[in-house]
Amino acid sequence: MIKPNILKRVAKIDSSQYRAFLILIIIIIGSSFVAPSFFTFSNMTNVIRQISMSAILACGMTFVILTGGIDLSVGAILGFSGALSASVMVSTGSVFLAVLTGLGAGLICGLVNGIFITHYDLPPFIVTLATMTLLYGSTLLFTKGAPIAIYNQSYTFIGKGDVLGMPLPIIILIVIYAIAFIVLSYTRFGRNVYALGGNKEATRLSGINVKFNQAAVYIITGLLCGVAGIILTARLGSAGPEAGKGYELDAIAAVILGGTSLAGGQGFVLPTIVGALILGILSNILTLMNVNPFVSGIVKGIVILVAIVIDKKFKSISSKGE
Amino acid sequence: MKKSVKALALAMCLVISVSLFAGCGKSSSSTSSTSSNAKKIVIGLSMNTQSNPFFVDVKAGVQKVANDNNVTLYVTDAQNDASIQVSDIENLIQKKPDAIIIDPADSDAIVAAIQSCNAAGIPVITMDRQSNGGVVASHIGYNAIKSGTIAANFLIDTFKNKATVNVVEIQGIMGTNVAKDRSKGFNDTIATAKNFKKVATQAADFDRAKAMTVMENILQANPNIDCVYAANDEMGLGALAAITAAGRLDKITVISCDAIDPAIAKIKSGELKATIAEPPFFLGEKGLNIALDVLNKKTVEKLIMLDNKLVTKANVDALKTRD
Repeated sequence: MIKPNILKRVAKIDSSQYRAFLILIIIIIGSSFVAPSFFTFSNMTNVIRQISMSAILACGMTFVILTGGIDLSVGAILGFSGALSASVMVSTGSVFLAVLTGLGAGLICGLVNGIFITHYDLPPFIVTLATMTLLYGSTLLFTKGAPIAIYNQSYTFIGKGDVLGMPLPIIILIVIYAIAFIVLSYTRFGRNVYALGGNKEATRLSGINVKFNQAAVYIITGLLCGVAGIILTARLGSAGPEAGKGYELDAIAAVILGGTSLAGGQGFVLPTIVGALILGILSNILTLMNVNPFVSGIVKGIVILVAIVIDKKFKSISSKGE
Repeated sequence: MKKSVKALALAMCLVISVSLFAGCGKSSSSTSSTSSNAKKIVIGLSMNTQSNPFFVDVKAGVQKVANDNNVTLYVTDAQNDASIQVSDIENLIQKKPDAIIIDPADSDAIVAAIQSCNAAGIPVITMDRQSNGGVVASHIGYNAIKSGTIAANFLIDTFKNKATVNVVEIQGIMGTNVAKDRSKGFNDTIATAKNFKKVATQAADFDRAKAMTVMENILQANPNIDCVYAANDEMGLGALAAITAAGRLDKITVISCDAIDPAIAKIKSGELKATIAEPPFFLGEKGLNIALDVLNKKTVEKLIMLDNKLVTKANVDALKTRD
């Protein structure tokens, strides 16, 4: 009874990751042909370090979208927690407190989202649209429109430093995705996330605490935004008044490119990182080739459309095979 | 029943908190509105944005002159949105100010708002970006083309003895005239130098994070880069961060525009080689001073261009960007 279920799920994981990976491989091969400097170790770590922030946001976004929700406030939470963290760093000089503040700010923002969505039973789109606007405004007010500069080497190490030859943001990224994969695949909470996106009412009737699980997803996402906010601030050595703007769209695009269904209940977290990579490589290769900046937006949009079409074609082929 | 009471309570809380915030904003924008016997001058200031250090400093300049002259200032922030700015100005007109100072978000979209001011008989002064229509008493700005030219000449002079010079340009938001002009001035001049070769031109939207990413990618593609021109300091600092991380700062000369405080610090430390100062504080100061001249019936020039100048380590200590 249980065994075939597990087998089916493993098969599903493979085919889904395969699709996103295939698009990634096509893009990597194509890019290697047009730009010789593309497929080198230094450029690959460069790209992954660049996408680490948006990929971390996209990780939380995958949880949210799996429950059938959406979180538009991720970029705003990133900017807000980055600014708070930077100001604590400047005023106290303690890296520990600064990191704690950044994580705490993200967590609390996520908690606010979760409370409004579950306790007042409001649509996630509207709630997070409101908190997005509120937080972008708060960051502007808090920073008074000017970036907060950080010169502390230990803090900037989080964004710039290498550990064992590997950039720290990449290590953080890998750890987060490993945990997310285990949580989604092997824990009761992970199953609940899928169940919520599949059928909320049935989930409630089966005795699962819907409100708790749904709120938890937004809290996790908020916390991850805090992590990304700290990395971005550390990388730049400054927290900008408009940091994070537009990151929400990149995060959503990465999740969708990874093959997760916007309707909820279907998808996996590892392909999301592939989706984020596809977006990162596109920006990278357009710059490597010195494409006119006016044209690069057009190219990026077309490639995303083509990728989704290919993904859909594969989906229908693999479902026919089942 | 219970739910609706709760909802009502929530709504009231919201209304109260919003009005509290509104109250805060008002008291801070008219700090100098203590009683005075003479008729107080009221000026409206419509800013295009307040999320960029440059424009925050423009406002600071206006505010300083306002405080010194006991002028009541009403400030609006259009968040870089031309349509928000039009309604901002319509709202300001309702306050019946003696003059309105505008830093337009868009040179075309602002025309209608300026015509509304003209119709209400309120004199208009524009700063930074010019309006393409309406009656403007005076425009105060920096010549952005000249900034690009100064930057190019600095690089040409620095590398005059080198056979081939690989140059990278990082552009601003190319829809704005500042970005276009700073690019035009730079490119027109750099084209006259035979030894210069453009290896990359990319836009980073005046944003530090974007410029860092763009520069990282450019560094990957080009093993030989001699110099980088960024159209503002924020992008220059982003490029600098990428170059420093790649360990190539000793081979690459970075210059940018604006002379904001963090850039000045980097010039003092020798990491940034030069910036073209267009101190925004003086722009704001001059804007309100000219507005006061107009109200005092003095004749003012229609077009006032402030001096932009090259700032290097040699003259950075003498540089004044604020009063």
